[in-house]
Amino acid sequence: MDQDLSLLAELLVAFFLVVGGFFALVGSIGLIRLKDTLQRLHAPTKASTVGVGGALIGSMLYFLFFEDQLSFHELLITLFLFLTAPITANFIAKTYMQDKIRRKDLPESGRDYGWALYDHPPEMTEEEK
Amino acid sequence: MLRRIFPHPILSLTLVLVWLMLVNKITSGNVFLGVVFGIVIPVMTAPYWPNRPSLRAPLMAVEYALVVLWDIIVANFEVAMIVLFKRHDKIRSQWVVVPLELRSPEAITVLAGTITMTPGTVSATLAADGGSLLVHALDTDDPDAVRDEIKSRYERRLMEIFR
Repeated sequence: MDQDLSLLAELLVAFFLVVGGFFALVGSIGLIRLKDTLQRLHAPTKASTVGVGGALIGSMLYFLFFEDQLSFHELLITLFLFLTAPITANFIAKTYMQDKIRRKDLPESGRDYGWALYDHPPEMTEEEK
Repeated sequence: MLRRIFPHPILSLTLVLVWLMLVNKITSGNVFLGVVFGIVIPVMTAPYWPNRPSLRAPLMAVEYALVVLWDIIVANFEVAMIVLFKRHDKIRSQWVVVPLELRSPEAITVLAGTITMTPGTVSATLAADGGSLLVHALDTDDPDAVRDEIKSRYERRLMEIFR
């Protein structure tokens, strides 16, 4: 690779690393600044999307430009992250709600049954079983 | 016959692709091993998929992924502004109730996951009969607008994908 192109590639890789790092930092600041657990839950979703995403795109570009190979591990990390991160967040939210939030603090579900945290699900009919 | 070897073709294909991406090198041995996984794992996990979801519109799924990706990027900037510059007694967090038209558990899982991964909203819990979703919005003045956006951007597309 000639000199100019390699500089451009380096700049591109650096750009994505900086973007990723910036959002990871903002996510961490959010964890400190926001006032309750439910609000804090919003902060890591940034770090785990654009924060990690930026670093991964940087890594893929690095391997593409400087090692001359396509690396798929980054795509897999993204895939696994999108599968696991929402579930973790959901468990934290539910545990917190069970502990700290009473059902009258929540809006009505608009259904015959209340929220699953406080109400039992309807009985299954024979057909559904 | 084909149906018996591949009870879940999409899962089989995903497993082969994920295996090839894991080893990061495409050789005939790796492809063979991937295909073995693609056959054995769906058969072994079949009891966990009582009614397997069917993907009706694969192109729509691609569109959905792109829309979500774009929304994640835009929402990241919005939430970054809120976290960095908004005084925290001015942040108005609210609950948003999203009535669901989706019925299949897989589709609702995808919707709830999407809502959580989009910064600014986290899905908290479902109604006990699965008919509506409780979402926590970090900062909004208009919960109805959040609800309408979730319904029109995500749920409408998922309805077509998981028909």
